[in-house]
Amino acid sequence: MNLFSRIREGLGRTSDALVRSLKGMVGTGRIDEATLEDLVERLVRADVGIETAEDLVERLRKRAWGRAYRDSDELLDWLADCAVDLLGPSEPFLPSSGLQVVAIVGVNGAGKTTTIGKLAHRLRSQGRKVLVGACDTFRAAAVDQLEEWCRRADVPCVRQKPGADPAAVAYDAVAAAMVRGCDVVLLDTAGRLQNRADLMAELAKILKVVAKHDASYPQHVWLVLDGNTGQNAVSQAKLFHETAPLTGLVVTKLDGTAKGGAVLSLRKVVQTPVLFLGLGEKIDDLVPFQPREYARALFERSEP
Amino acid sequence: MFEQLSRRLEEAMKKLRGEARLTDENVADSLRDVRRALLEADVELDVAKSFVAKVKERALGQSVTLSVTPGEHMIKVLHDSLVETLGGEAAEPNFPGNPTLVMMVGLQGSGKTTSAAKLANHLKEKRARRPMLVACDVYRPAAVDQLQVLGKKIGVPVHAEPGEKDVLAIAKRGRQAARDAACDLVIFDTAGRLQIDELLMDELLKLKKELQPQEIVFVADAMTGQEAVRVAKTFHEKLSISGAILTKTDGDARGGAALSLREATKARLLYVGTGEGIAAFEVFDPQRMAGRILGMGDVVGLVERAQERLDQGEVERLGKRMFKNQFDLEDMLAQIRQVRKLGSVMDIVGMLPGAGKLKEKAGEIDEKAIVRVEAVISSMTKQERKSPKIIDGKRRARIAKGSGTDLQQVNQVLKQYDQMKQMMQQFSKMGGKMKQMQKLMGARGKGGGMGGFPGMPGF
Repeated sequence: MNLFSRIREGLGRTSDALVRSLKGMVGTGRIDEATLEDLVERLVRADVGIETAEDLVERLRKRAWGRAYRDSDELLDWLADCAVDLLGPSEPFLPSSGLQVVAIVGVNGAGKTTTIGKLAHRLRSQGRKVLVGACDTFRAAAVDQLEEWCRRADVPCVRQKPGADPAAVAYDAVAAAMVRGCDVVLLDTAGRLQNRADLMAELAKILKVVAKHDASYPQHVWLVLDGNTGQNAVSQAKLFHETAPLTGLVVTKLDGTAKGGAVLSLRKVVQTPVLFLGLGEKIDDLVPFQPREYARALFERSEP
Repeated sequence: MFEQLSRRLEEAMKKLRGEARLTDENVADSLRDVRRALLEADVELDVAKSFVAKVKERALGQSVTLSVTPGEHMIKVLHDSLVETLGGEAAEPNFPGNPTLVMMVGLQGSGKTTSAAKLANHLKEKRARRPMLVACDVYRPAAVDQLQVLGKKIGVPVHAEPGEKDVLAIAKRGRQAARDAACDLVIFDTAGRLQIDELLMDELLKLKKELQPQEIVFVADAMTGQEAVRVAKTFHEKLSISGAILTKTDGDARGGAALSLREATKARLLYVGTGEGIAAFEVFDPQRMAGRILGMGDVVGLVERAQERLDQGEVERLGKRMFKNQFDLEDMLAQIRQVRKLGSVMDIVGMLPGAGKLKEKAGEIDEKAIVRVEAVISSMTKQERKSPKIIDGKRRARIAKGSGTDLQQVNQVLKQYDQMKQMMQQFSKMGGKMKQMQKLMGARGKGGGMGGFPGMPGF
């Protein structure tokens, strides 16, 4: 199955609902105020967020004001184009020169550990040598959960006992990766709500300690966001970014129910690129984010 | 958690202040803002619409009493509608039955396992129940271990069968184990699942049919967006959920999900998860929640907590000195120590009335700053603490050295002390406003205790 159809399948429900809702629009067949206002509302329903919905519709206004559209499909095409503009180009990730240290961060329950399992699997099947550091020493059995994923992905995992200093685990994991000549270290960190200063300070410490190996470490900080999250996603991205400058986002649980709309908001409000989408529970259900395909999938014309 | 929403509502209502009557026109503007605020707070679109319609109907149907401005009147209408929508009176469920069977259900990552343990702990500690936890999440790696670890921590037995994949069998044996152990309440932790996953949803239905639980508790993340309604509805249609727990309310999510959830299912909101610790778990209180939404603060909660943890004599003494404007650095130190007993700064500020703006500032504070303030004041002589004016350059240098800080930080503490004095004036003003509010709402007993409570240090 190609990438496009996978995204499309994963986003199926969002896209279906949105497309159905847009197709249901009965207007004058011309882009006018009423049409645009109606559009905003429909986008909001897909968790696009009112600000982004208005932005998107503003783009549509500039592009198509007063123009008559043949049918809702044409409207969808225009909208998809606007979304591509908004999303920008896709971003490369993880260069293959030298050890790449990736810290995975996010709020509780976003899907960090699962994402790491899938990432490890993906990287390993690309022939990269991966090591995982179990820095979530807080949540009960988080380390066991991660180890199970590492077993499935067949990558080593550096751990300590529960309650250990997460920064120390991170330091050890990077040290071990250096010794073993790994290509990538994935650091699993504990879930933390972005407004908790004490927990954010702990995160800052982890990053600082990792940088003792090499000032450039970690080169990557990826924020994992639950695709079901509403407008709080923006706050998460903003506040995490203040403590740990983000280089990428992973949006999870986009299979079936979740509304891809939040991804649009994120790209607009936070300048961090979306790198991966989590589309299911299986180990290979993590796909690289492709803005054009994503926009197409989201505003896909219905099959005739 | 609702402070952003309260700020928006505050702004919306500001436009109404000074208007004499609520008319179709002047209300329309504010209502548009209210609707937008609700949408930004992740309240589901249809829920937001019907809520706004309800508020409008009420507002227009009522005559504004002479003693309040239309703006204030509008806030009362909003408040009442919110309370109503959120469930009216606060009431902890009784969990009747012996044993009471409780099934926890929800999406992945909503916090079911943690909430199961928190609920068990709460009922054991506060309600003298003898709970047992049953680990029915056989899918997520280590979910069973997680429940076992938590159970051990709170001293609640856990029925787990690592390796067993038959959820129904585990549940049945778990129920039997609970009977054998004379437990009077059994909490079944189930795996997270998407509501569209027919197979897993059927598994829940089978579990329900087998167990006939008295309560099916839907666990929802306070950060959920527009999807909240659809998810809750589907779970509800399949299982008819009886109650809900809202998790991660210590975050800054606007929490519109609470409204959506309630409207979509009519299930009662039972509890809220308020932090990472096992004890961070409270009975859901619609009044309080509505109060917070409107920026009236969770004064009741703050007072309750204060009564639990503070040295009342000390607090009274400090409060008196504060209002008499005799407050010195010695008092500030004593106060910092008292306030720290209450929890983190974020926690406390969030509970204060009109805290929307305050909390933004509080977000920038790290708790260590408070420790530093403590160190700086501790390095002052008694005389210096009593009359901060005598602290000259030389003394400042000595204090900096003694406290392991620097001159800048000492200056900062002194500046904070000054700001704090200013803030106290604000607080007494706010106190007046609160009383007015309470008159409006029909005061709720304990809420009036604010007067004697010392304000926050003005960091």
